[in-house]
Amino acid sequence: MSRFLLPLGVFAALVLVLAIGVRRAPEKTIIQSVLLGKPAPDFVAPVLGSPDGARFEANAMRGRWYLLNVWGTWCAECRNEHAALLQIKATGKAPIVGLDWKDQPQDALQWLQQLGNPYDTVVEDRDGRIAIDYGVYGAPETFLIDPRGIIVYKHVGAMTDEIWTQKFLARIEPTGARPSP
Amino acid sequence: MSNLRSLLLVLLALGSAVVGAVDPEEMADPALQTRYRALTHELRCMQCQNQSIADSPVGLAGDLRREVRELLQQGKSDDEIRGWMRERYGAFILFRPEFSARNAWLWLLPGVMLLGGGLIGWRVLRQRRALEPLDNDTPEDSA
Repeated sequence: MSRFLLPLGVFAALVLVLAIGVRRAPEKTIIQSVLLGKPAPDFVAPVLGSPDGARFEANAMRGRWYLLNVWGTWCAECRNEHAALLQIKATGKAPIVGLDWKDQPQDALQWLQQLGNPYDTVVEDRDGRIAIDYGVYGAPETFLIDPRGIIVYKHVGAMTDEIWTQKFLARIEPTGARPSP
Repeated sequence: MSNLRSLLLVLLALGSAVVGAVDPEEMADPALQTRYRALTHELRCMQCQNQSIADSPVGLAGDLRREVRELLQQGKSDDEIRGWMRERYGAFILFRPEFSARNAWLWLLPGVMLLGGGLIGWRVLRQRRALEPLDNDTPEDSA
């Protein structure tokens, strides 16, 4: 009897490891950002469509919660999340800074005129350097940054009302229950 | 013979055309170009994931190649450039996996299994050898 115990144990361990792997498979398609829990990279960039060449400094956002939303007019999913972003703006819970990634300013301005502007500020990242500093690998991506300037959450893909409430708002205004990771 | 030669030349030309198709950017310094080649082939394109940034035509891969070129020009070492990428995109961007506390078991498991298997095999062999003399015994003795 005992001679089967070891192979059986090894088999059980293998099943366990594979089961955990299969269970966690969906989240593996999304790459965890290494920047979570780290200070949001600082940047100074031109404000979209500013006639006097005004520049925006990320450090100026210290002291309050805000969202950094990476988008572009070439990005189809960005159009899908636009309504959700407008909704977030309407709640007034946290300002949204838009990072217009590798885009043409006139296209971006036209987009905002047509669809509405959910952003407090939109900055231009024409050569994609800011996006690289944030480890962005596709648009849309939305970062949640706390008053100390720490990145506490990142969502890859289109923003939805659900994700806003469960992942973002739950962190901005914790109600005792821990937000789902 | 000359036919064969021209065929080879055509094939060579085609080959280099394919290699140069995605990444036409060259660095002036040949030593830097060699390192640039090697580095861009071992960094993952985060958008397409199964291609290196050297092979990928997407915009982000082009931007990352530009960063590699600039870091090389600034005199950064290969390790510093890999570190720069890892700081932003995590270890996933490195095609050549590194040894870390998190993946240590993956690196060590094959050795452990080989050792364990060897140990079991050795014990089985020893038991068999110990059994052999018994085979010659008469049935009455073993009963």
